[in-house]
Amino acid sequence: MSALNEMTIAQARDALRKGDTTAVALTEACLSAIEGAGALNAFVHMTPEIALERARAADARLATGGAPAMCGIPVGIKDLFCTEGVPSQAASRILGGFLPPYESTVSAQLRDAGAVMLGKLNMDEFAMGSSNETSCYGPAVNPWKVDDRPLTPGGSSGGSAAAVAAGLCLGATGTDTGGSIRQPAAFTGTVGLKPTYGRCSRWGIVAFASSLDQAGPMTRTVRDTAIMLGAMAGHDPRDSTSADLPVPDFEATLGDSIKGRKIGIPREYRREGMPADIEKLWVQGAEMLRDAGAEIVDISLPHTDYALPAYYVVAPAEASSNLARYDGVRFGHRASLAPGEGITEMYEKTRAEGFGPEVQRRIMIGTYVLSAGFYDAYYNRARKVRTLIKRDFETVFDAGVDAILTPATPSAAFALGAMHEADPVQMYLNDVFTVPVNMAGLPGIALPTGLNGQGLPLGLQLIGRPWDEAGLLNLAHVLETAAGFVSKPRKWW
Amino acid sequence: MSTIDLETARRVAKLARIRVPEDHLPQLAGELTHILNFMEQLNEVDVEGVEPMTSVTPMRLKRRQDGVTDGGIQDRVLANAPDAREGFFAVPKVVE
Repeated sequence: MSALNEMTIAQARDALRKGDTTAVALTEACLSAIEGAGALNAFVHMTPEIALERARAADARLATGGAPAMCGIPVGIKDLFCTEGVPSQAASRILGGFLPPYESTVSAQLRDAGAVMLGKLNMDEFAMGSSNETSCYGPAVNPWKVDDRPLTPGGSSGGSAAAVAAGLCLGATGTDTGGSIRQPAAFTGTVGLKPTYGRCSRWGIVAFASSLDQAGPMTRTVRDTAIMLGAMAGHDPRDSTSADLPVPDFEATLGDSIKGRKIGIPREYRREGMPADIEKLWVQGAEMLRDAGAEIVDISLPHTDYALPAYYVVAPAEASSNLARYDGVRFGHRASLAPGEGITEMYEKTRAEGFGPEVQRRIMIGTYVLSAGFYDAYYNRARKVRTLIKRDFETVFDAGVDAILTPATPSAAFALGAMHEADPVQMYLNDVFTVPVNMAGLPGIALPTGLNGQGLPLGLQLIGRPWDEAGLLNLAHVLETAAGFVSKPRKWW
Repeated sequence: MSTIDLETARRVAKLARIRVPEDHLPQLAGELTHILNFMEQLNEVDVEGVEPMTSVTPMRLKRRQDGVTDGGIQDRVLANAPDAREGFFAVPKVVE
């Protein structure tokens, strides 16, 4: 048996039921792993008392039988989720000191299923970033490295990815607006799923771009993702966009035959300058699915190139509106004022002090594209392009394609600081393969299938039909099994 | 190609209620211009007759009773305020 904190959720679940371990023992193992992993800067607020209290309750519940699968499983919660009485800052100075009087629906559902919250996880500020470097806590660090240079775990759910990869928790919540679950999963050799828009409630999650945001699980295996998603998903009357659909048993269909399933390979995802390692991995992934009985077909998603520019209109526009609430009045930071300064200065100084540079940039871009005279030229045009992007996917699904296979990211993890000199658009290009999925509201999963020449993990992405997370997870499970990815980062922290 | 000049950058910062010092405006204008030019690839797309997306998944919003479902928690509402007095959020004077 592996160390308790390195178990998969499925292993821990079974061990808890056999009496081989206890929720308290699992929790203590994770807390001590976190204690020793300060160098990763993954956990930014620890909640050991809550964790041990919930672990004891989980053990009692397990003893009575019939406990849900997540009962007693130690997890980390991204700092974007409001957690009652526990700092929830979205990695921003502007929410410094904020203690939510309520619990987000997703973290409440995990809690009610018996999961044990270990603490809050690092991320890019307001989930705006692809490297974790916009965090007010400083960046989380990837447990994988090739030399002395610390690498990014990706973003925005970088703390979640680093914590799961390093065995600090058995699973973590993430959120994904343009790739913020799938890119960090790919950078850390872990599995991350962005569900169909509406599958998980957004209530109590700090809003970035409401038409794109979705919460999802980040774990070490596809099976664990299926288990954790089951506890996170479901209808919530408090989120009007949450779907009133039954939540299937996502684990039950793992192992079903994929014979005859049609997998599309979109030609527009073959980018100029794509590293040979990634190209090779993609071809191998298609071969693995073919060997398992799937039919591989070439497809076209003609508006792919426009997904990223359309996203960088739509997301900042929504963000500029959502982040208007941070004004220094009701919660969080308020700037101190000089004599004679009034409410306008209070807003302007509070927001200048509270928001980091990337968040400020996006608010201002969003403000610009929504301002009088530019609304049609930018925002409405981007929304029309979004319709076309979604139509591309609908066309291939209507033609019988069940899922689409692509690389998850255009590169492996890069060094922290490597992009400091680059312009912001260079960083945005990290999301080139993931953003179209959010624009179309589809489910997407990233899973590790190999290492690059330097020994860093690389991931593939599977994109599914709306609400077909079960089918998607089953395909991912086939790919995971065939790829046999078992590498772990060597412990240096 | 659009260019965000200093005056536009100043106006956007004002609209966004973010104080930007004068000496930072040139850099901000440059960054915003660059991002905007990236977005202008969208002009290549023929969007004639295309409806702007309003909802990514076709769904009809649910109706509910227009009734009070919450309340009586003034203390909790004010608990996170940087300045709260006598049951209100307090802000600098807005009316002379």
